[in-house]
Amino acid sequence: MRDWARAHPIWTGIAALLVLILLYLILAVWPEWIDSILRSKKIFLSALFNGITLGGLYFLVASGFTLIFGLMRNVNLAHGSLYLMGGYIGYYVSYTTGYWLLAFPIAFVVVGFVGVLLQFFVFRRMEGEDLRQTLVTIGISIVIADLLLWVVGGDFYVITPPDWLSGPLETGIITSQRVRSSGEVTNFYLSYPMVRIVIFCASVVIGVGMWLLLNRTRIGMLIRAGVDDRDMLSATGARIQLVFAGVFAFGAGLAGMAGVVGGTFQSVAPGEDIRFLLASLVVVIVGGMGSIPGAALGALLIGLAEQIGSIYFPTYAVVLTFLIMVGVLAFRPQGLLGRT
Amino acid sequence: MTARTLRLTTASALVALVAGGAFAQDGEPLKIGILATLEGTYTALGEDGIRGVETALQEAGMAAAGRPIEMIVQSTDTTPDSAVRGARKLVEQDGVDIVIGPLSGSEGIAIRDYSKTQPDVTFINGISGAMETTYVDPSENFFRFNTDGAQWSAGLGDYIFNEKGYEFIATVGEDYSFVYTQVFGLVTEFCQAGGTVTDRFWVPLGTKDFGSIIAALPDDVDAIYLGLGGGDAINFLNQYQQAGGSANLIGGSIMVDQSILQSGGSAKEALIGTPSSGMMADAWENEGWQEFVSLYQDTFEPDQRFPSPSLFALGYYNSTLAMLQCVDETGGDLGEGQAAFRECLSSMTLEAPNGTITLDENRQAIGNNFVTEVVEQEDGSLATQVVAVVEDVNQTLGLDPAAFDAIGLPGREIPACQTSY
Repeated sequence: MRDWARAHPIWTGIAALLVLILLYLILAVWPEWIDSILRSKKIFLSALFNGITLGGLYFLVASGFTLIFGLMRNVNLAHGSLYLMGGYIGYYVSYTTGYWLLAFPIAFVVVGFVGVLLQFFVFRRMEGEDLRQTLVTIGISIVIADLLLWVVGGDFYVITPPDWLSGPLETGIITSQRVRSSGEVTNFYLSYPMVRIVIFCASVVIGVGMWLLLNRTRIGMLIRAGVDDRDMLSATGARIQLVFAGVFAFGAGLAGMAGVVGGTFQSVAPGEDIRFLLASLVVVIVGGMGSIPGAALGALLIGLAEQIGSIYFPTYAVVLTFLIMVGVLAFRPQGLLGRT
Repeated sequence: MTARTLRLTTASALVALVAGGAFAQDGEPLKIGILATLEGTYTALGEDGIRGVETALQEAGMAAAGRPIEMIVQSTDTTPDSAVRGARKLVEQDGVDIVIGPLSGSEGIAIRDYSKTQPDVTFINGISGAMETTYVDPSENFFRFNTDGAQWSAGLGDYIFNEKGYEFIATVGEDYSFVYTQVFGLVTEFCQAGGTVTDRFWVPLGTKDFGSIIAALPDDVDAIYLGLGGGDAINFLNQYQQAGGSANLIGGSIMVDQSILQSGGSAKEALIGTPSSGMMADAWENEGWQEFVSLYQDTFEPDQRFPSPSLFALGYYNSTLAMLQCVDETGGDLGEGQAAFRECLSSMTLEAPNGTITLDENRQAIGNNFVTEVVEQEDGSLATQVVAVVEDVNQTLGLDPAAFDAIGLPGREIPACQTSY
């Protein structure tokens, strides 16, 4: 980081300036001219925070996807189905037991197990055959989607979070001020959905945890070695199939947990699998296939583009996401943080 | 795998995902094809539409005028091209005599255009409700036995202004023809009554995260009109509760439908007390309506249906009923370009569960409309209760046709909010 800053003083300056502008926009009471450009501070801040929290959800889904790709070079197009499955499992667990938190470990374990089955029965049999894996996983995703439709039907489910998570939280960030005739100043504060804050914190914790796991532990070392050279790693005697199965289980489990998160602040219904598969693909293409920090950056960019787009140019919000993808593919085809 | 093969993969994934499931059978005399959204955000709605068709067919013993009926279902996904693709498959591959469908607004416009290229097949709309479908360039062989989205708003503008006392409202709607039509009906009536529509927000169909839209909703209005359906409606309500929203809500016709009121979770509770309008009301005490509700309930197991039929079940039921009656009346004669059958459809008076329906010269329904409010019933389930019935609403909403034409076709900013049109 410090070396990079020394090598690129201009870019560092621009980045620092952007951070300062952002901090000003968040903390200051806006003068009228900014209000007139960005509509109002409340709207802008909500879009900003919603983009970040939505990015958190995308990160949860995409990080498992990119981890599996990074290690095994498997593009698992059934990843969206794992997300949807996690959502339904989460709904039933929290509905029957009444414990929202219990939904997470159960969805993680069950969907992780499904991931192991996928790895064992599908991917191991066609190692290194990209196209075959792709077609087979598309097939699997359609079959899973139809099975889920058959079992749970096409209705919409919302996972109800516990009471302490529902409703908004006063953030203490001043959105606007009004001066009364008595000279007294009334502040209006931004209130923000509690559940989104918690979800964002959780995804940050998971992201940092994954980074630590990959960079600070023995298992992480094995995984990184596998990413760089699979054959050499197995030649040293590491039980590479076990590592593969473990990573696949973890990646799938993350998708399952993301399903619970998505079901809590959005909803679970048929079609969500495709939406999140597409979102994951876009996120990892923008961020760089196989890179965890890349997935985080990509998820943040796509989340922000969707939310800010939905406010300032609603009709073209969807296009914005793909424009980012086109831009990245044109100028940096390996992704923002991808390795060539 | 390189970035290029990945892009290829993504493209092939998209192609595969678009090609949905379909099944077909061969043989048998009277073939009818059904188009309904059985995938994507409107899946639950399409499923109930199919139940509506089955309710009518089973009531008739799967036969009309002695001809056994074979039903072929084709899934669409709310996009016009999926509807046309589905209709082509039904007509050109399966060789159906009659198509019933589609479900969603923009699909209807596409099917109207397609029907012109297939003069030997009769198309009876499922429940799609865009105004243009029958109002602009109507097709000779496209019939619509449901009132359109604007007609479904009849009575609502007046009710919320005069009874609820809402003077300023903002609207949030999905950005497509059906919701334009609903807002058209609302705005013309509400503004004529004296109200003002301050803002109109349009979100893409299939929006899942409404966080920013909710924050941008104005807080200086009396109520917010929600023209959302399916998963979008659920997501909005869920996130609206999480954001601590407390404004008065007004529901579009598919916002307070059984498909939303029976969804899992607590999101739907934000709708209790919400005024709305549409071509039906769940808890209407009319005898014919109650008979239909029982018929629907008896046709399916409780876990295979909604507690009470949705708007979509009713729409498809009425279309199928009209078809059955006319096949009976013509003795099953679909010869000569189905002339006798179409003459019967055009001139019939359909005694539907939601009241008497007749068709105008564009083959568009004229029928009752209900202003409703969402109530919690004794068993804890939610349902819409009638607060007013507007009878015989026609497509020009009672306005002089010339004045109606002068307003323009429904769009994001059309109609303008005026006190007279």
